[in-house]
Amino acid sequence: MSRFSHEVIEKNSILLLILSLIAVSIGGIVEIIPTFLIKTTVEDVKGVRPYSPLELAGRNIYIREGCYLCHSQMIRSLRSEVERYGHYSLAAESMYDHPFQWGSKRNGPDLARIGGKYSDEWHRLHMANPRQVVPESVMPGYPYLAKTPLDYTHIADDMKALRVTGVPYTDEEIANAKADLEAQVNPDADVTGLAARYPKAVIRNFDGNPQVVSELDALVAYLQMLGTLVDFNAYDSANFKQ
Amino acid sequence: MAVSGGAGGRLHGTMTTSSYLTAIVLVAGAFYSLVVAAKAYDVPMAVHAWMFTLAFAAGVLAIGNRHFNALKGLPGADDGKGYNDTVIKYGVIATLFWGIAGMLAGFYIASELAFPALNFDFAYISFGRLRPVHTSGVIFAMGGNALIATSFYVVQRTCRARLAGDIAPWFVFWGYNLFIVIAATGYLMGVTEGREYAEPEWYTDIWLTIVWVTYLLVFLVTLMKRKEPHIYVANWFYLAFIVTIAMLHLGNNLTVPVSIFSSKSFSAFSGVQDALIQWWYGHNAVGFFLTAGFLGMMYYFVPKRAGRPVYSYRLSIIHFWALIFLYIWAGPHHLHYTALPDWAQTLGMTFSIMLWMPSWGGMINGLMTLSGAWDKLRTDPVIRMLVVSIAFYGMSTFEGPLMSIKAVNSLSHYTDWTIGHVHSGAMGWVGFVTFGAVYCLVPWLWKRERLYSIALVSWHFWISTMGIVLYITSMWVSGILQGLMWRAYDAQGFLEYSFVETVAAMHPFYVIRALGGLLYLTGTLIMVYNCWRTIRGDVRVGEPIIANAPANANASVGALAQPAE
Repeated sequence: MSRFSHEVIEKNSILLLILSLIAVSIGGIVEIIPTFLIKTTVEDVKGVRPYSPLELAGRNIYIREGCYLCHSQMIRSLRSEVERYGHYSLAAESMYDHPFQWGSKRNGPDLARIGGKYSDEWHRLHMANPRQVVPESVMPGYPYLAKTPLDYTHIADDMKALRVTGVPYTDEEIANAKADLEAQVNPDADVTGLAARYPKAVIRNFDGNPQVVSELDALVAYLQMLGTLVDFNAYDSANFKQ
Repeated sequence: MAVSGGAGGRLHGTMTTSSYLTAIVLVAGAFYSLVVAAKAYDVPMAVHAWMFTLAFAAGVLAIGNRHFNALKGLPGADDGKGYNDTVIKYGVIATLFWGIAGMLAGFYIASELAFPALNFDFAYISFGRLRPVHTSGVIFAMGGNALIATSFYVVQRTCRARLAGDIAPWFVFWGYNLFIVIAATGYLMGVTEGREYAEPEWYTDIWLTIVWVTYLLVFLVTLMKRKEPHIYVANWFYLAFIVTIAMLHLGNNLTVPVSIFSSKSFSAFSGVQDALIQWWYGHNAVGFFLTAGFLGMMYYFVPKRAGRPVYSYRLSIIHFWALIFLYIWAGPHHLHYTALPDWAQTLGMTFSIMLWMPSWGGMINGLMTLSGAWDKLRTDPVIRMLVVSIAFYGMSTFEGPLMSIKAVNSLSHYTDWTIGHVHSGAMGWVGFVTFGAVYCLVPWLWKRERLYSIALVSWHFWISTMGIVLYITSMWVSGILQGLMWRAYDAQGFLEYSFVETVAAMHPFYVIRALGGLLYLTGTLIMVYNCWRTIRGDVRVGEPIIANAPANANASVGALAQPAE
């Protein structure tokens, strides 16, 4: 057998193409595929559920405005982070996040457990002008969210698309999408169905204006549920027993 | 110039089967877009459908116009023989245009972080929407046009073959720039997939896929009809860049659209797998778009400008295979201490550290190409720019592996250190190697004896270098400072600083950073002026003559050491 010479590859463009493609495929295959196959990649925890229609609409606004460019939703397993933000994030907590919003930069604080930490009133003021409540903040103001009615004509279609990706929305949930969305900002309505379908959903008028479902309603509803679903006392003691 | 290709018997520019087919597809596309515009779920989708309709109609008109001009024998188009350089000229101008646009957006968002009032509570220019305009503007618009233009130039010269396809290269150029316009206007309207550096929505992604496959075919077929026995090393890198970007783009943009009439889609993957796939893509957008592609540029323009052969043929082989094999593994270092499994983090870190070696192999190969021509650093500011770009490449490919070490990353992640690191690579390496190539290409393409002004190149070099230094040093200080403040404890064992105190501490550095960006932008504007005067055919009075790089001045050493032309 003659000695291998790189010349063979250099003189054959298709061979060069194929070998390059093989070289660049291996790393991805070895790293990505096992995360779909190994069951422990996503922990088995109780409480995580798909987003309610209003929360989902709020999450769409969060993505639309590029919030993820300044706010992470991923508390690392470091002492200083856990003490500042709360229990480190579990993979299970973002199992219904299409796409994930872990972020890569903190121009502002992590939001993985922002839910329930501030009042709706604080969020209203903060969105209108962040410097009213945090003078040193560099966040843009979003006063138009409170004035813009939420367009939820196609919210059921969003849920259907998410079901294709694997989010377990039921037919009942999709059929009730609009009604559930409206009910979540109206505490006087009959909310038993909503509360049963989306346990721990926060039901109240978030933007302080009962006349209209605004984009601010949706965004605050999303922020107020972030990181509130998992009962970490139960999770940690179960883990400890192991 | 011995070049294959050409138009056979027919008049170049008249209709061929492929131009008929393209025109038919464009007409069909225009009608389809009209339907989408009429039935769109949301305003951005309607706007984009209209833009596609108009662009496709313009494409049909352009093809028809080209046909009738050719029949009339009007000048303007090339004769179909020799190299196809007209499309490259467009590419160089697009590079300059998008460079200015992208850097302007960068300067503005940097100023917004220093002075948030600049957001003006106005959705279209708020930081979150403008930031992708900056990143896509400089990476994909400026960088992409530079890569397409230089790859078209390099592949023709090093293969001694005319660019494959008659209108295919034009389709690549206009199609790619349409992609950029759709993507950027989408960001301003809030259309985004919410994945960094892969923000364009599903329909924009499909359009890019069509354009990119055409690009791959144009490049590959040109390689296949080469007159040179060997494929020159620059083309290995260009080819790997094109094919890997295709793979990454397809893998990371698997989404389920809400409807074909909706601009919204949801990622096929979620949570931890989605994060891993995104950073597999994200890190290799750096590795293959911003590294392999621009290394192709380096391997042509540095030896060409220096008039010296590539330092080591063997090193370029090792550099190439090691780089493309190792890069793909490095993605998980963006996810240290997160919910990504530990084994994947460790694997990502290990390969990131290994990646240091091929990176520096490439740096050495580039720098040592100057052997015997180091005096040109003194006399030719274009060489100075190219050499400094390689130095920045070496610096940021040392910093990268360092930051991928988990202990270092625990401090640097989520801070401005990352931003500084990216910019030493983007401004120092990608920017400067592009500027060097543009300074070479403009006189070559427009057949000018020399640049309008060499002194202005020096001004550009020094102003932009000062800009980079201000930028990266301010980001080092602010990044490390903020990382330390986040983990600082007081004597009682409580966290010492509230988050917002760490934000307030960033202010002076954000001002310095914006200033650095402004200097860099100023340098680029000087380059645009210099190129414009060069294209007009002006020469600045009173400057000593420095000849352009000699063509084929040196006898070739080794099989691949030097580009064919």
